[in-house]
Amino acid sequence: MKVKNVTATSLRFQLDQISALEAESIFIIREVVAELERPGLLFSGGKDSAVLLHLAAKAFAPAAIPFPVVHIDTGHNFQEVLDFRDAEVARRGVRLIVGSVQDAIDAGDVVEERNGSRNRIQTPVLLDTIESHQLNALMGGARRDEEKARAKERVFSFRDEFGQWDPKNQRPELWNLYNSRLNHGESIRVFPLSNWTELDIWNYIERENVLLPSIYFAHRREVFDRHGMLFAVHPFCQPRENEIVRTEMVRYRTVGDATLTAAVSSSATTSRAIVEEVAATRITERGATRGDDQVSEAAMEDRKKEGYF
Amino acid sequence: MDLLRIATAGSVDDGKSTLIGRLLFDSKAIFVDQLDSVEKTSHERGSEYVDLALLTDGLRAEREQGITIDVAYRYFSTPNRKFIVADTPGHIQYTRNMVTGASTSDLSIVLVDARKGLVEQSRRHAFLVSLLEVPHLVIAVNKMDLVDWSQEVFEDIRREFTDYAARLNIADVQVIPVSALTGDNVVRRSENMPWYQGASLMHHLENVQTASDSNMVDVRFPVQYVIRPHNNGHHDYRGYAGQVASGVMKAGDKVVVLPSGIPSTIKEVSTADGPVELAYPPMSVTVRLEDDLDVSRGDMIVRPNNQPQVAQNIEAMICWMSDKPMKVGQKLGIKQTTKSTRALIKELRYGLNINTLHRDEDATNLTLNEIGRISIRTTQPLLADSYHKNRTTGGFILIDEVTNNTVAAGMIIEAS
Repeated sequence: MKVKNVTATSLRFQLDQISALEAESIFIIREVVAELERPGLLFSGGKDSAVLLHLAAKAFAPAAIPFPVVHIDTGHNFQEVLDFRDAEVARRGVRLIVGSVQDAIDAGDVVEERNGSRNRIQTPVLLDTIESHQLNALMGGARRDEEKARAKERVFSFRDEFGQWDPKNQRPELWNLYNSRLNHGESIRVFPLSNWTELDIWNYIERENVLLPSIYFAHRREVFDRHGMLFAVHPFCQPRENEIVRTEMVRYRTVGDATLTAAVSSSATTSRAIVEEVAATRITERGATRGDDQVSEAAMEDRKKEGYF
Repeated sequence: MDLLRIATAGSVDDGKSTLIGRLLFDSKAIFVDQLDSVEKTSHERGSEYVDLALLTDGLRAEREQGITIDVAYRYFSTPNRKFIVADTPGHIQYTRNMVTGASTSDLSIVLVDARKGLVEQSRRHAFLVSLLEVPHLVIAVNKMDLVDWSQEVFEDIRREFTDYAARLNIADVQVIPVSALTGDNVVRRSENMPWYQGASLMHHLENVQTASDSNMVDVRFPVQYVIRPHNNGHHDYRGYAGQVASGVMKAGDKVVVLPSGIPSTIKEVSTADGPVELAYPPMSVTVRLEDDLDVSRGDMIVRPNNQPQVAQNIEAMICWMSDKPMKVGQKLGIKQTTKSTRALIKELRYGLNINTLHRDEDATNLTLNEIGRISIRTTQPLLADSYHKNRTTGGFILIDEVTNNTVAAGMIIEAS
């Protein structure tokens, strides 16, 4: 009988998986603020960064979030996402730092690639922004389930003075004892959502009523097929001659450059409906919607080595 | 649905990546585009079957050389549980990587090739699982298809392992015959091994009881960060933020704050969602006390009648993780719970041969991947328990103060 009681007591003290992930992420965010002088949070307006900002607010409540948010604006963003970014920044009372890719192009600091993609050239803009604001730790919403190179990255991931990641030379990460000590010129990227999956994120968005840009939910939009993916008609993304424009119910699974991010057909207008869709889907979110990762199998690994977030 | 953290270990070529690929594939955690890419690569390399190992070998160098470089994390879930797998490679650096993976796991899977039986590395892995006090161990005897599904081969390996494990400190061991390549006993029960009555690997992972693994007795709350909102409405608010390391806390509990030893009472335990009735590991909460005390990061809130040692002399087992050997007399940074200070290596009591468990008391240093017992003195006291009693307050890392690298993982035996 006694054994049964012990088990019943223990079961009472078992956190469900979403709460366990939340507790871990909040611990990591607090650790960054406790140990590093000038942290920031990379906020793209995407769902992962919205969850990260939500967690940051919870980590320090009732105090305000004690660090600025950083947005690297490619100039090719969806307007809905920019509006959302500004509304969130105002609601949370945080300072916003914007690194503008367009400004860097205009100043001649970076050169736009011929295909119009601004994915690669946002890296130097990110590095400049970090340097000019002297941020030595940047938190981001990347998850290990997104991509194979990410699966091998530490939660506290160091970048040398050129912003580069060296996958073969990472510090071992034991228990929850994060070593945040920086060498001169180094900075850290911290990924508090490392252990979350896409489904965890959506379950959490539903549970916590995390606000998101409207384009995450199904809406009518003018789209066309390109390389088997659905792209929206956008000032920076126009259909070519034989690409036929039609109106469809779509939503976005990830939010990035309008020129690179594709929509998926969907009728899911609530986070509950999206949870159901995600649970049933058989294609990764990057595979379905990101033109940038399809270039080669090692595309992400190469971009990370160059300093990509 | 709860969370199970798994670490896997195996030697080169014993099929670990294939096993994980199989778990992901059969639990439908693999997506169509990932499988397409793996099929394409397998085909290009002339493989006859889809090489599931390609699902987990992430970096270009690994795919080119067919090896695994570093700890990789994988995720899959079933309706009952979410699983996080720390996949650690079996070749060089195995000790360092395996210790890293095992430090956060609830369960460890060690792969054994049925054709080869227990090899040096199998024993080494099992020893590390016991050193890191991972509560559950699964020995997956793999490649059963290559020994004609022989019960005799399996039973020999099981007997040999059980004899060896008797010398170790592992609470729960399961030995399961599998074939990662064909999927037998991975997710599906095997029809080729009717003599095996036990659970498939996945069934075991889904049902292993972990609720009683956490320490719910000894209240340990390392203060991580002090929340002081400088805004209207919260002028006098002082909240101690942290993650409950062990024990159960609630408002009204009598506590003392260490190292000062000043007593107080918990006024409120809360999260951003409001007060919580009971706080237990691994919850991240904020604790407020009735009295206005000077509490800072690195302090610990505990119960008056159940306290850790406030200690500067530490006896510990360590795993050395740096190319530069450890030397007696060396000064290092140390981080334990939320406390960072400095430590002096006073003595190397012995180096441990992890194949024979022989203690070499004449050892003068520890080199990369070596394990030994040391005695250290810290400049400021640690609030410590033995690792056996508490995996959170008993673990520490050592940091080289010149390179800032993490150079050792430590498990406290005794603190005074």
